[in-house]
Amino acid sequence: MKLLQLPPGELRRQLADQGIWLGTGPFSLRVRSRIDSVAEGLGELYGQFEVRNPHETFADFHVSVDPQTTLREGLRPKANFSFDGIKPFEPLPLDQAYPLLERGLDWCVSEHAHQYLMIRAAVVEKNDQAVILPALPDSGKSTLVAALVLSGWRLLSDELTLIDRKSGWIHPLPRPIRLKNESIPLIRAFHGDAFFSGVSRSSADDSIAYMRPPKESVRRQHEPAKPRWIIFPKWVSDGELEVLPRSKQETYQSLTQHAFNYSQLGTEGFRVCSALIKQTDSYDFQYSRLEEAVAIFDRLAVSSVPTKLGN
Amino acid sequence: MRAPVELVSHVFRNPESIRGFSMADWDKLVRQGRHANLLARLHALLIQARLDTAIPAVARWHFEAATTLAETHQGEMRRELRRLRASLVGLDFPLVLLKGAAYVAADLPASKGRLIEDIDLLVPAERLGEVESALRHADWQRVGLPEYDRRYYRRWRYDAPQMTHLRRAMVINLHHAIVPDCARYRPDASKLRRRATEIPGFAGLTLLSGEDRILHAATLLFHDDGLSHGLRDLSDLDLLLRQAASETDFWPRLLARAEEMELERPLFYALRYARHFFATPVPDEVRDHLRSAEPGRATLKLMDGIYTRMLAPAHRSCMDAFTPPARAATYLRTHWLRRPPRQLVPHLVYKAFISPYQREPNPA
Repeated sequence: MKLLQLPPGELRRQLADQGIWLGTGPFSLRVRSRIDSVAEGLGELYGQFEVRNPHETFADFHVSVDPQTTLREGLRPKANFSFDGIKPFEPLPLDQAYPLLERGLDWCVSEHAHQYLMIRAAVVEKNDQAVILPALPDSGKSTLVAALVLSGWRLLSDELTLIDRKSGWIHPLPRPIRLKNESIPLIRAFHGDAFFSGVSRSSADDSIAYMRPPKESVRRQHEPAKPRWIIFPKWVSDGELEVLPRSKQETYQSLTQHAFNYSQLGTEGFRVCSALIKQTDSYDFQYSRLEEAVAIFDRLAVSSVPTKLGN
Repeated sequence: MRAPVELVSHVFRNPESIRGFSMADWDKLVRQGRHANLLARLHALLIQARLDTAIPAVARWHFEAATTLAETHQGEMRRELRRLRASLVGLDFPLVLLKGAAYVAADLPASKGRLIEDIDLLVPAERLGEVESALRHADWQRVGLPEYDRRYYRRWRYDAPQMTHLRRAMVINLHHAIVPDCARYRPDASKLRRRATEIPGFAGLTLLSGEDRILHAATLLFHDDGLSHGLRDLSDLDLLLRQAASETDFWPRLLARAEEMELERPLFYALRYARHFFATPVPDEVRDHLRSAEPGRATLKLMDGIYTRMLAPAHRSCMDAFTPPARAATYLRTHWLRRPPRQLVPHLVYKAFISPYQREPNPA
């Protein structure tokens, strides 16, 4: 059954009580929370995902976000994320409970799922060819990804590129896309149908909203995709569209820096990374306007001779 | 009250039982195994018993990922030990490797699925300074500590504070004794060093003798105040014992050495709980012999209550109402063993009421 089939009151009750079992990509979660905004966030963003009765099931990650009152903080409760009793983060103000859950889920995967080479990168797919977009701070990666998936690209992930170590293919984990500040109105204007969660403020005083993953991407969340390009996007406020090939060596270096578990995999990390570089072309990509950027990506998806790109 | 169900040691004792596991059992096994740091070792056990195909597909990656990590860890550890030896080549005495790093270097069964956090070295007390400065030249540095802790280490601890590598995420603990000098059981570390033998492939690094490895592990386990890896450490002991037991005259040698080192009590407990959790085979004569080291019946009952809880995985599903007092009791008991009350009371007061409110120091 899909999460949207649970009435909101029932979702809140189950979350607060025994928790819900939720399938996301290759992972299953058991989520518990007594915080209403967490129930709301999940209800708004995960409607298309599968839920089950948690009894007699196996879940990869048992997580909770609950209010915690500490003496040091006075009596104002904070939200604390727990992975089965392990608390990897400092508690955050209660209104950041939902973003804390999303961050916690990323943490669970990136700390444990060593059956993949995990890269801190978004990944989208069209015509059976996936584009990996490694995240640099303020590169506008998530904004570009949101625009692409609202233009017919399939969302594999906004944050975690999971490369199967055996096949070299990418496993989808199409969870919500996290957008910041000006990106939120920008994407709203880009596509009227985009659905966002309520806006919250981060500790760095940014506005944060999550965009619901497209239904089609969630429906196909168990279909891996073949990596074809690695593109390092960079948004500039006012500049020329630019697509420059990037050397394999440089790409390799960036990938190892962006990988969560490159060193944990030892020689295997080297092998998977090399295989990935061998079967992909990579570019540095600079853009100012989303429409133009999407048009370039669409040309990329139909071109089989990528070197002509940008001419 | 529902009795806690501890599945990790259950599977070690009865690997075949996994064939009858429900999904809820697998869920619990993976969670407890992760908390006990024993997922990779469980995996190794199931592979050895040709039972790994009975792990359901949804749970399998947890075991495989843990094995991947353990293998990488061990490979890195071997490389680090070679580098370490190269940087200490100027020293004219051998360094004794202890615990996990030793098991890995010597490729003992106790290294199976073992994650190794640190390198533990046993160094003669009078040579500590030499080793430390050699390490400093090889880019190892002392971890910054608050002034109180620094003085505490210098005066009472059996190891020097940790040294970390400037670039690699590695930690070395330098020990000059097995337990604190003021402790009740005070095995002579030089006796241990004398019987250590060189590890093949790691010239200059040595390994304690079979009996000493076991006595050392047993002593540490029952002086450990947190027991954060209690079941994993006990599992190491189980594997050390099973390996050594295949040698002729092992048990008489172990008993004689325990008597000589005055470590019969820790050995008694180690064998008792290894049998309890891992069904470690221990001959009846050995148990008879150690009866003289047994505490009184009331004490033993209390110890059982404490250690069967403390050694279980630190996961909610293994805890009951008596787990918190057991934890407090272990903390007090181990400190009691380490030092007389005149020193103990001020230390605990400081740790409970003063240090939590002090600011973190900058690394030295």
